[in-house]
Amino acid sequence: MRDKKKRVEEALVRVGSSIYEQLRTGNFPYVELPSRSTSNIYYDEEYRQYVLGERKIRRSSRNIRHIRPLTQLVWAAYFVKELTGQGRTSTLRDVYYSAQAYEMNFTDQPESDNVLTDLEALIGHPREDFNVFPEERSAIFGDLTIEYTVPGYEGRRLNLTSHPDGVMIGPALTNAEFVECKADKVIAVEKGALFTRFVEERVHERYNAVLVQTAGQAPRATRALIRRLNVELKLPVIVLTDGDPWGMHIAMVIISGSANAAHVRELNTPDAKWMGVWATDIIEYKLPTDPLNDLDVKRLHELSKDPRYKDPLWKREINTFLKIKRKAEQEAFSRYGLTFIVDEYLPAKIEEFNREAP
Amino acid sequence: MSLEAFQEISPADFFYRNRDIAGFTNPSRALYSTIRELVENSLDACETSMITPDIYVRLRQPVEAENYPTVYEVRVMDNGLGVPPDVIPSAFGQVLFGSKYRLRQARGTFGLGVKMALLYGQITTHSATRVISATIGSGEIHEYTLTMDIQGNKPIILERKVKPNRGRWHGTIVEFSTEGDYPRAMPKIVEYLRQTAIVAPYADITFVDPRGRIYRFERATTKMPRPPREAKPHPEGVDVETFKRLLTASTARNLRDFMTESFQRIGRRTADAFLEYAGVNPRKATANISPEEILTLVNAMKSFGRFLPPDASCLSPLGEELLEAGIRKVLKPEFVAVHQRPPASYSGYPFIVEVGIAYGGEVPKEDNKITLLRFANKIPLLFDEASDVSWKVVNSLDWRRYNVTMDMPVAVITHLCSTKIPYKTVGKEYIADRPEIEREILCGLREVARRLSAFISRRRSVEMERRRLNIFLKYLPKLASFSTSLAGKKEEPDINPLLRKVSRLAVVDEG
Repeated sequence: MRDKKKRVEEALVRVGSSIYEQLRTGNFPYVELPSRSTSNIYYDEEYRQYVLGERKIRRSSRNIRHIRPLTQLVWAAYFVKELTGQGRTSTLRDVYYSAQAYEMNFTDQPESDNVLTDLEALIGHPREDFNVFPEERSAIFGDLTIEYTVPGYEGRRLNLTSHPDGVMIGPALTNAEFVECKADKVIAVEKGALFTRFVEERVHERYNAVLVQTAGQAPRATRALIRRLNVELKLPVIVLTDGDPWGMHIAMVIISGSANAAHVRELNTPDAKWMGVWATDIIEYKLPTDPLNDLDVKRLHELSKDPRYKDPLWKREINTFLKIKRKAEQEAFSRYGLTFIVDEYLPAKIEEFNREAP
Repeated sequence: MSLEAFQEISPADFFYRNRDIAGFTNPSRALYSTIRELVENSLDACETSMITPDIYVRLRQPVEAENYPTVYEVRVMDNGLGVPPDVIPSAFGQVLFGSKYRLRQARGTFGLGVKMALLYGQITTHSATRVISATIGSGEIHEYTLTMDIQGNKPIILERKVKPNRGRWHGTIVEFSTEGDYPRAMPKIVEYLRQTAIVAPYADITFVDPRGRIYRFERATTKMPRPPREAKPHPEGVDVETFKRLLTASTARNLRDFMTESFQRIGRRTADAFLEYAGVNPRKATANISPEEILTLVNAMKSFGRFLPPDASCLSPLGEELLEAGIRKVLKPEFVAVHQRPPASYSGYPFIVEVGIAYGGEVPKEDNKITLLRFANKIPLLFDEASDVSWKVVNSLDWRRYNVTMDMPVAVITHLCSTKIPYKTVGKEYIADRPEIEREILCGLREVARRLSAFISRRRSVEMERRRLNIFLKYLPKLASFSTSLAGKKEEPDINPLLRKVSRLAVVDEG
């Protein structure tokens, strides 16, 4: 973690130095950053995520239309360097308002959000790395001990089983170091209700897992944390979602990232596996279902053309959904009793996961 | 069968019964028309002799009456050429008597307006009119008190005084009482005087209203337009009645001489060509022309088509310089363009169109429309704007092509001078859309709109340049300061060389 902070800081200083030198030598300063236009977004087989292509855009202070966004960009770099230097965190909304103190008024928040995204692309780090966090929070629970690095808590440790509701994945946790982990896998679930059931049924002990609740589409901080669990602690990751195209895509974004974030790396976990609820599970377990609506079907057709969905498992499940024309929620297992999902379904899935794992 | 009662009425009686057509519909309108007729008479009295007009108008409410309509005392004074003493009774007490039945441009045409105003005052207040006048160089000032015998169309002189004129004053003062509604008429009266000041920038007009407020429109220039010359009629503009009168007045022995002497711009050759075209013998004695031949001749005049266009020297346009001075004086705009079209004619009547455009400054910004000020023979036209030919032309123009949007403060001024203004009604409020006139207004408007367009686009580019510089001025220092902190340096880089480059670019861009 400390290493990354240093890299981020260096990248920010480099931006400042470059502008400074250009001004000092009497030139109109400019920066070059990767183009984020859709025509410059490619799926990278190696990283197994969307990445930006070679195309760069130049933002020059000589151009009357560029000088404002360029200044905003340099201001943003200056602002987040102060932020990280003081060990403070902020949100996108905060940044928008903070700008006014520097007479750097943004027309609206989308404009300031966009400048922050430009800064991500320019220095190649997600904004969580320079302490700008999303508002949405998801939670984590399991036998993992962390050590805080945020001011006032430096060195303080916490075991993530210490709170039965789980611990919120906020800025402090995102910036924490991992100290000790007894678990040997991560189970990420889409819904809060299932997460609570898992904690109640002591899934973390019975299956030796760290539990993560994504609260729908996983926030970027959560995705980054899942990746760290996988990369730093070598924990395999199992993702469980509702059995519909939207649930599939929640899993896919954890695995392969989103096109929106093609300019940043280290948000996805390519080795994570989506283990359910599959369309084939619906058949096998005879789950109570709802019919697919038009939107669901349209979404399935879109997904079938998406390069991220080319593996046989995804193809098979998309086709099965289209064939049975039904979908099921995670809660559907409750028809066999409240603990069925923990007692029967989960072990079966873990076994299948282990069988396929190399 | 019942017996109808036939009865002859005098012209005064006729206009009394039909006062609506002359603009005396109600107390408010009547007061407005009264002021207007008197002011126009005064202006004409000055302009024909090239005297820069000093006009003083006073309205007084003698008693704090609760009655409605209220009685007002009207006093209008000018420094014009004055009315000869023997003519005063008829000039102010007999309808259809006057100096205006001639073919030259003047504000009034029927000689009716002032007498209508006096008549209306007499009817509503049963009081007499006082007229004081001295002609130029006269050693006497004549003062008459008179009323009008409506049925007999005759002046009745109640009192007559002669005073010595030691100061060699010349001009006319008219005083009488009339009914009106000043609170309602006020906006139109003030607007009328304001617009008159535009079209007569050489006049000094003072108006004291019943509440004692003074409206003053000061002279902006001492230059005056050349007064109109009297002209003989153009053949295309003559009807049977006029033809007969010309014939009666003529001393010519034969038809050819009559043609060359009584009409403008006809020589022997044209007269012969025309009479051959009409099939009437040029040598025919004027006395022997039959009514049928008169009709043939009048019709042939309209269809002949080879007469020279009417002589425009009988017109007195304002001229570009004076029109611009008037617009500048009253509207105080940021930009003015004026244009005078060459003389043209319709149906044998010559006319000249003058168009002005004013932008910015104190030009009013009206809701989604361009302010239009219309003038005909130097009279402001204030009513029925939407029926006027100028309104039609202004609204047919694609203003966006001239860089004008409807939210801009733009005023268009149109002035039509002619020996005969084609009013659509007797009320003299709006001009009919004769194609010849419409075309001239359009051409004039295009010309001034083009100049405004150039002004706006020039100003826009200067404005854009200024904005561009401001953006650099705003952001370059910030870039310097943020990058200095970010790079951890102490001293900010000097951005002046860059600002100099930007402003040099700006100069190049402007060229």
